Amino acid sequence: MSAATTHAEQAENDSHGIEIPHASYRDYTIGFVLSVILTAIPFGLVMTGVLSPAVTGVTILGLAVVQIVVHMVYFLHMSPKAEGGWSITSLIFTIIVVGIMLSGSLWVMSNLNTNMMPQAHEEMSQIP
Amino acid sequence: MSSITLPAGNDKPVYYEIDEHPHPEGHSTLLGFWIYLMSDCLIFAILFACYAVLGGNFAAGPGPKDLFDLNLIALNTAMLLFSSLTYGFAMIAMQNRNLRHVQMWLAVTGLFGAAFLAIELYEFSHLIHIGATPQRSAFLSAFFTLVGTHGLHVTFGLVWLVTLIVQLGRHGLNPANQRRVACLSLFWHFLDVIWIGVFTFVYLMGML
Repeated sequence: MSAATTHAEQAENDSHGIEIPHASYRDYTIGFVLSVILTAIPFGLVMTGVLSPAVTGVTILGLAVVQIVVHMVYFLHMSPKAEGGWSITSLIFTIIVVGIMLSGSLWVMSNLNTNMMPQAHEEMSQIP
Repeated sequence: MSSITLPAGNDKPVYYEIDEHPHPEGHSTLLGFWIYLMSDCLIFAILFACYAVLGGNFAAGPGPKDLFDLNLIALNTAMLLFSSLTYGFAMIAMQNRNLRHVQMWLAVTGLFGAAFLAIELYEFSHLIHIGATPQRSAFLSAFFTLVGTHGLHVTFGLVWLVTLIVQLGRHGLNPANQRRVACLSLFWHFLDVIWIGVFTFVYLMGML
């Protein structure tokens, strides 16, 4: 009985029993300013069309990756030390799986589109 | 080499811990929630892959350039970015143990989230009104599924947000509620990360 109460009291008093990452105005402000800049540039590039479409595409994809990293670091407080390294381990695992899945899907489907479609079309046209 | 010495005498050496480790309630919740978010990430990755594969199949229907209004998307993105910042302020208020401020910032976050949803619903209803429905082409099916799934996540985030404000009002900043605020913070910022992919890949790349 007494053990239970002390445990509950301890949980009440000790707010850091749960490991909530430390937040600061500095982090959130830096993250926000960087995000605004990294959002404004791609929108500006596409809306004004100053660069060629190919260059714009590569640039905005690059900026998106940078912005995702900014969000991870400043908003999601991702660091190699968070949760004893398990957060970043699961994140890296997910990135690898997503990378394989995305590149594999695009590769296979574009192959199918270029190689299979005309053939199927010819075969269809030879059908009396 | 382990430096633990065996007990002297005839005591049987014990190679395991007799007492249970302390497992404070919820000590693994944040990691578990993070792993859930990673699985959610896979869902979105699959929807992005669908969009990437099907996004060019217009079935002689309208394409991105005919449908998307970048001004609206920029406004939408701003709403979500502001809501991320205000959620950050809620986290800081929680650190300072200021219940009123936590609730206020959560409410502001909710308003920005609701504004985002309203703009998205307006966009969807406009598209459906002009005949660009999910049934129209593979491109539109993939578009509505991807952007709609994100919108659905924001909707459930809002439900959670409102619930949490009520819970905070009833029970204050107890450890369980702190944990919940921290989890929703992860969820909310994660949705913003997904939105970066959506506006870049779907809207901006579509307009090129």
